[in-house]
Amino acid sequence: MEKLNQQKIRVTGSEALLLSLIAEEVTTIFGYPGGAIMPVYDKLYDFKDRLKHILTRHEQGAVHAAQGYARVSGRTGVCFATSGPGATNLITGIVDAYMDSTPIVCVTGQVGSHLIGSDAFQETDVVGISMPVTKWNYQVTKAEEIPEAMAKAFYIAKSGRPGPVLVDITKDAMLQEMDFAYEPCTYIRSYVPMPHIKEEQLNRAAEMIYEAKKPFALIGQGVILGGAENELLAFLEKSGIPAAFTLLGLSALPNDHPQHMGMLGMHGHAAPNIMTNECDLLIGIGMRFDDRVTGKVSKYATQAKILHFELEKAEINKIIKVDAYVNGNVKETLPAVTAKLVKKSFEGWINEFKIIRKDEEKRVIHPELYPEGNKISMGEVMRVINEAVKGEAVLVTDVGQHQMMASRYFNFKNTRSWITSGGLGTIGFGLPAAMGAQFGAPDKTVIMVAGDGGFQMTLQELGTIAYNRLPVKMIVLNNNFLGMVRQWQELFFEERYSSTPISSPNYPILASAYGIAGETVKDRTDLKAAIARMLETDGPYLLEVKVINKGNVFPMIPQGAAVNEVLYGDEKSSK
Amino acid sequence: MTNEQFTVYQEYTLTIFSENSIGLLNRITINFTKRKLNIESLTVSESAIKGVFKFTIVVVCNRHTVENMVKQLEKQIDVIRAFYLTQDEILHQEIAMYKIETNALLETNEIEGIIRMYNARILEMTKEYTVIEKTGHKAETQELFEKLRPYGVLQFTRSGRVAITRLKQELLSSYLEKLEKEHREAV
Repeated sequence: MEKLNQQKIRVTGSEALLLSLIAEEVTTIFGYPGGAIMPVYDKLYDFKDRLKHILTRHEQGAVHAAQGYARVSGRTGVCFATSGPGATNLITGIVDAYMDSTPIVCVTGQVGSHLIGSDAFQETDVVGISMPVTKWNYQVTKAEEIPEAMAKAFYIAKSGRPGPVLVDITKDAMLQEMDFAYEPCTYIRSYVPMPHIKEEQLNRAAEMIYEAKKPFALIGQGVILGGAENELLAFLEKSGIPAAFTLLGLSALPNDHPQHMGMLGMHGHAAPNIMTNECDLLIGIGMRFDDRVTGKVSKYATQAKILHFELEKAEINKIIKVDAYVNGNVKETLPAVTAKLVKKSFEGWINEFKIIRKDEEKRVIHPELYPEGNKISMGEVMRVINEAVKGEAVLVTDVGQHQMMASRYFNFKNTRSWITSGGLGTIGFGLPAAMGAQFGAPDKTVIMVAGDGGFQMTLQELGTIAYNRLPVKMIVLNNNFLGMVRQWQELFFEERYSSTPISSPNYPILASAYGIAGETVKDRTDLKAAIARMLETDGPYLLEVKVINKGNVFPMIPQGAAVNEVLYGDEKSSK
Repeated sequence: MTNEQFTVYQEYTLTIFSENSIGLLNRITINFTKRKLNIESLTVSESAIKGVFKFTIVVVCNRHTVENMVKQLEKQIDVIRAFYLTQDEILHQEIAMYKIETNALLETNEIEGIIRMYNARILEMTKEYTVIEKTGHKAETQELFEKLRPYGVLQFTRSGRVAITRLKQELLSSYLEKLEKEHREAV
């Protein structure tokens, strides 16, 4: 970190804020100006050469962009908003980042400190509102507090289990003068981001792994957040243990690795879900046993011993009672345990996964990727994308059926090539997150896949994409439905399609109104060429694919069912 | 998880040590609100360690909830440590104050008898009213309230619980030393 100005300089609070960002090596800010944050924007005018500000079309766009930026780059995303509605528009993204452990720093303007508590114009208690959904937040009312508050904000957002922080700054604090010097924060007494690793926990873990006949590893985003992809690979290859991935853990290991058994969860692959209830040792690694992964908790892996590698103490024994745990960053704990293991392989055990996989291939995967009939399926689009990009792209999705299809069928090759809203399931996340991801990885191909519902929720960001000539490749899988809700209505609400049919604008015309190239594909014969055209285009591209209206995502573990109670969608209707 | 962890509800006293920062009370209580857990009593004061504040919160819940709650509280940046204690691990007291009409006290000997019996004391006496104070467990202060009620209690107030562990030292003292030492070694 650049140690700025050992000598103090006289600056305004606004300038102190921007200098603090520069000291934290921030280059890009997503934001939207307004009354209370105007002094900051005024000063930003003088910092154009050092800080790139991206004007989004909505504050929700700014915060999701900051998330996309952080997820793709591993750096802390930054966004600005004004007080009141500006600040409240950030909340969805803040919660999303909190659920998915994404490091972002949100700076909001606040009315002058003399007005606080008076219900002034655009005054909102954003510190109060964001308190349950931020890792930390703070209100600055004096300019001299700014450097320390920002240093703490960046330290807290990025260290330990990452998360969103919010710093609210009153307008008068932005205008006051102060003596600026920046000292990065490296220690807070009450906060232990990286616990000391205990040797006895490592020994116990190694012992349990040594004794297991049918061990099975569940990999979560903790591996990616800890930058422990290589350590995971070494652990898996030495131990020989088959591994499956949570939605957010995808891309931590290339899909074609022989020990990669697929994705867990409600719409995950059948084999890892079923084998959860067959293994004798279940090893959670940087994951938190979310209800979409566990299904019915009382029937979850009751036959197995459970071992949990986890940094966040509060996640241990939260949902699933474990037999042992290793508390610490997997970047350190995995190699420490790997060193204690003997090299093994579990061919027979892995074959049991493969048998179930074969069955799923036949019943679900093949029909989805190579559908009969004229209409294009969602899975088919993912297959054609795979054939074109061969894993060399960053895939960003919205939330819903297309998201599950993408997670199931995209061939992940590189880490941090997968950005999706997991814990919160925020529809409208995709487009702005893709935009942020493209800023965070300017040299990579960023492909966004969204449904017609989610895309329409935040499509104002086409304006940001057009203005910045961001080469985001946008694919809208249009089935004229809010597909996931419709699927549930079909399966659990007697096909009563209440408020799920949804109309769309003419997407190519919409794109062209923004000066963005686009087209619509309806026929299978045009799909491959259209995707090729999209990828070849130098600049943004909007491709609408009309897909089967009532396509369903299978397999599925219905809510409240056990992980091995998998529906394939071809069962005889019990209705 | 064993069933007992979920089915047995009992009173727990949470002791939370924190830095003294604005809004922390809110950050702590939000965790209870989020889980629809009612706070029976709450007290905040500086602990034996300078600058470190101590929250004492009483809840009725099952063990799974209280164990998770403590970890969620420790997750808060400004919380140093949190502990949960059962009845037998602590000594605790509450203070109650009762205001009655001085005339009621003078008209009969009975109130004086009650005050003696309950080891209560008179804090202030004016021509109009008398303030009685009693320290003890909630059941005791409540009992005194019931006894005084027939004579007319004009005002009544009871504090939150203050609790102290049966351990020799503050739960936190050795922990803070350990933290400081680890930090010094790291730097």
